[in-house]
Amino acid sequence: MINYDLVVVGGGPAGMAAALKAKECGVEKIVILERAETLGGILEQCIHTGFGLHYFGEELSGPEYAARFIDLVKETDIDVKINTMVLSVNDDKVVTAVNTVDGLIQIQAKAVILAMGCRERPRGALQIAGTRASGIMTAGTAQKYVNIDGYMPGKKVVILGSGDIGLIMARRMTLEGAEVKVVCELMPFSGGLTRNIVQCLDDFGIPLRLSTTVIETHGKERLEGVTIAQVDNKLQPIPGTEEYIECDTLMLSVGLIPENELTKQAGIELDRITNGAVVNEMRETEVEGIFACGNVLQVHDLVDYVTLESQIAGEGAARYILGKNTDEKVYINTTPENGVRYIVPQKVNIKSKEDVKLYFRVGAIYKNKKLTVEVDGNILSSKKKVKLAPGEMENVVIPASVLATLNKNSTIKVRVED
Amino acid sequence: MKKDMTCVACPLGCQITVEIENDEVTAVTGNTCKRGDAYARTEVTNPVRSIHSTVKINGGEHPVVPCKTSGPIPKGAIFDVMKEINNVTVDAPVKIGQVFIENVCGTGVDIVATNNDNGK
Amino acid sequence: MYDIAIVGAGVTGAMTARALSKYNLKIALLEKCNDVAMGATKANSGIVHAGFDAAEGSLMAKMNVKGCAMMPETTKKLNVPYKNNGSLVVAFSQEEDEHLKSLLARGKANGVPELKILSKEELLKLEPNLSNEATSALYAPTAGIVCPYELTIAAAECAVSNGVEFIRNCEVKAVNTDAEKITLETTQGAIEAKYVINAAGVFSDDLARMAGDDTISITARKGEYFMLDRSVGDTVKHTIFQCPSKMGKGILVSPTVDGNLIVGPTAEDIDDKSNVATTNSGLNDVRKYAVKSVPSVNTRNAITSFTGLRAHAAAHEFIIGISEKNSRLINAAGIESPGLTSAPAIAEYIEDIVKRIFPDATVKADYDDTRKAPVRFRHMTDEERAELIKKNSAYGRIICRCETITEGEIIDAIKAPAGARDVDGVKRRTRAGMGRCQGGFCGSKVVEILARELGCSINEITKFGGNSNILFDKTK
Repeated sequence: MINYDLVVVGGGPAGMAAALKAKECGVEKIVILERAETLGGILEQCIHTGFGLHYFGEELSGPEYAARFIDLVKETDIDVKINTMVLSVNDDKVVTAVNTVDGLIQIQAKAVILAMGCRERPRGALQIAGTRASGIMTAGTAQKYVNIDGYMPGKKVVILGSGDIGLIMARRMTLEGAEVKVVCELMPFSGGLTRNIVQCLDDFGIPLRLSTTVIETHGKERLEGVTIAQVDNKLQPIPGTEEYIECDTLMLSVGLIPENELTKQAGIELDRITNGAVVNEMRETEVEGIFACGNVLQVHDLVDYVTLESQIAGEGAARYILGKNTDEKVYINTTPENGVRYIVPQKVNIKSKEDVKLYFRVGAIYKNKKLTVEVDGNILSSKKKVKLAPGEMENVVIPASVLATLNKNSTIKVRVED
Repeated sequence: MKKDMTCVACPLGCQITVEIENDEVTAVTGNTCKRGDAYARTEVTNPVRSIHSTVKINGGEHPVVPCKTSGPIPKGAIFDVMKEINNVTVDAPVKIGQVFIENVCGTGVDIVATNNDNGK
Repeated sequence: MYDIAIVGAGVTGAMTARALSKYNLKIALLEKCNDVAMGATKANSGIVHAGFDAAEGSLMAKMNVKGCAMMPETTKKLNVPYKNNGSLVVAFSQEEDEHLKSLLARGKANGVPELKILSKEELLKLEPNLSNEATSALYAPTAGIVCPYELTIAAAECAVSNGVEFIRNCEVKAVNTDAEKITLETTQGAIEAKYVINAAGVFSDDLARMAGDDTISITARKGEYFMLDRSVGDTVKHTIFQCPSKMGKGILVSPTVDGNLIVGPTAEDIDDKSNVATTNSGLNDVRKYAVKSVPSVNTRNAITSFTGLRAHAAAHEFIIGISEKNSRLINAAGIESPGLTSAPAIAEYIEDIVKRIFPDATVKADYDDTRKAPVRFRHMTDEERAELIKKNSAYGRIICRCETITEGEIIDAIKAPAGARDVDGVKRRTRAGMGRCQGGFCGSKVVEILARELGCSINEITKFGGNSNILFDKTK
């Protein structure tokens, strides 16, 4: 058994930011366990720009954003183990991992930060009928083939799902010489950023078909085509609207799911909506000393917010490890209402001496509505919003001065209203 | 002439209509802020984009290394720039910011590395 | 020249190859695809049937009951997971209650042991998640479950280890028979053998016809399935059949040896013997009829859906034996359900025929009818894992994170006798890519490992042979 003060599971943007913050706050022995060959996580294959506008005030590519943190980690004495897969984390904070150099290792940590990121929803769960031809892959897999391995995964492409990765890949494939025939989106709106719809699709004349899905794949060996169809308001295909599109590749960009298998193993409660852990304002889970941040906690659209969230977790872990966490704690739940799907953190310590920022998403597109925060039945704030969309994460601040007035029966509610 | 576009100056995504007469913008409507107006005018007169791709690398950790334009290039030059990028082969090691192509296609913009590659 | 060429490396061909590899005979196992178990074997229910379905006195009934009895030991020797979970045919009406009685009688006549009828109360006690509409059930405690392709892979490995030559991508295009031999014109050139065993599944009638035997007619009968996530794998413990009706055999719900829940199949005769596409109407039928017996089955939990083809012979009877039209051709045709169950018995049956043809064939001194258990990192204790990685560090690199599959296991699968040559082959042997993310993360790594181990570039790697390439040219 090896001992560390802090074990960070995952060396992507979340894990690095959390480890660096913990170091800055005075934690001594820290190790980052990363399953890939390098630090950086999924950013390594996101070679498009658009990262860091909020955090660095610059428009960086994924690898550049990651490199800034990798360089900072290298300047510290934070240990990094690459090619290392964590097999389990238990509620006593024993982390079991394997790699080719150390073999099987067990680490007793004082605190653990979970930063495993998320994965793409696969095709199987989508139940598209048709053949099992090659050429059906998630957009992220295609992104790795093109950007890291330098191979074309297809020449005539249909993309299902207008999430940001799908949109980005439409442009990447076009720039590399492929023909992207259409992007189909099941919902009546795109979950991707407006900027990406304009610069990845409109710029290249790639049609975006809303309320449309792929109902069948064709081709016995390599994919030869797909049948698409419009869907009704119950998302069911409308007979008679079927259309065959010739293509050799179907890319799926139908959503991301936090990768919480380790979290579940450790017996940590998950939020039904976010599929991430239930956490308090320091991103500490229901198991004391185990924190979670980044896309494993909630799927973010901007890495800048991942960094900020992870710094909170890093600071929380540091306070826990260094015993600066002795103040009285009284938790109340945050409640999403009317149009607000979830709130992270799910619990807030009303004895917190700092302002608490609540992050959340809405469930549909809203225009000219108000975003209202109600505390103990009183309206704390009600902000006019020209547009609210599920693709954009929103936030509101609960000032420490307000928290100080609350008691254990208090309520914090966030909702969309007219 | 009228031109419709979606504004990307912020996440709002306003639908803007620009009216043009004799190469002059005569009206911008649909925008909800000044930034939208500016975006729309640039889009119809001199639209620019940043692009990113990869270049072939000899002796690298991977077969290709990512790159980007160091600044925006005219939208119409995108595929000419891609041709130039596809013609370049570099040798490892490569450092972020290293210039692969200077003044690509006469745009005054360079093609630069966006990741480090220390070689095999 | 081979003594025997077996055409078709499905469960019948592979199990037969294993049985015959005992003898000092030169044997080739030919397969038109890039791997074993690519036809009917790849996609079926994986049920070891007790044997009450087949007509009394039929060869099918004999093979079924015997195969079912042989399966525990066969799977033990081959180190293939098998579970004796028992099956239940559930009735939903008085008419169906009566039908169960006739199944019971037929089962008894076929020699199926321990069969009995359960009352509704007994049934729901055994399987609380069954529909309350159920009225009674036929319980067959000897039935079980096995993974059809794992059994086939293991049998082929065993056969090749004992000297059988496995030739893949070898499609028979023409057959010429003369006084001394039978010559197969194949996509891998001419192959001569003294005798040919026809284990060509849905194509066994075509092969027989090429060899001058036009007595066989096989129809491809399509069956569509859902595979549900392990989180619902314990919905039922037994294999739950519905009563056969005019509408077909009904939809079964069963646990699999890997802990998933399988739901299906439909039954539709089709003309195209290579059409394994799922259809919206077929999958909808599975959804609709599965809930009749197990109301909580929800295909939202599906991790995949697939289609299998059964090689249905017009008479619904196995056609096994020396062809009446060509004495150098031994048919093993019309092997549809319970073909998987029957495979060990069919192999033995053909072995007897071969012994009569080659009365002087001696048994190899070093014949080994077992297959060593492959390394299964995910099933090991931490101590075992630590030891394993010390011996070979490739077991310390996890490639498939959903199923916890190591690089060492993938290399083993490629290097094994009749080993994997494509991504699906690795998946069937190791489960890499079979989990929640369906290969999203590990797919590209498996491609890399295959290319490295096979000494080719990554765009030559296929999903399942043929033109199922995953990548096109280099971007630069």
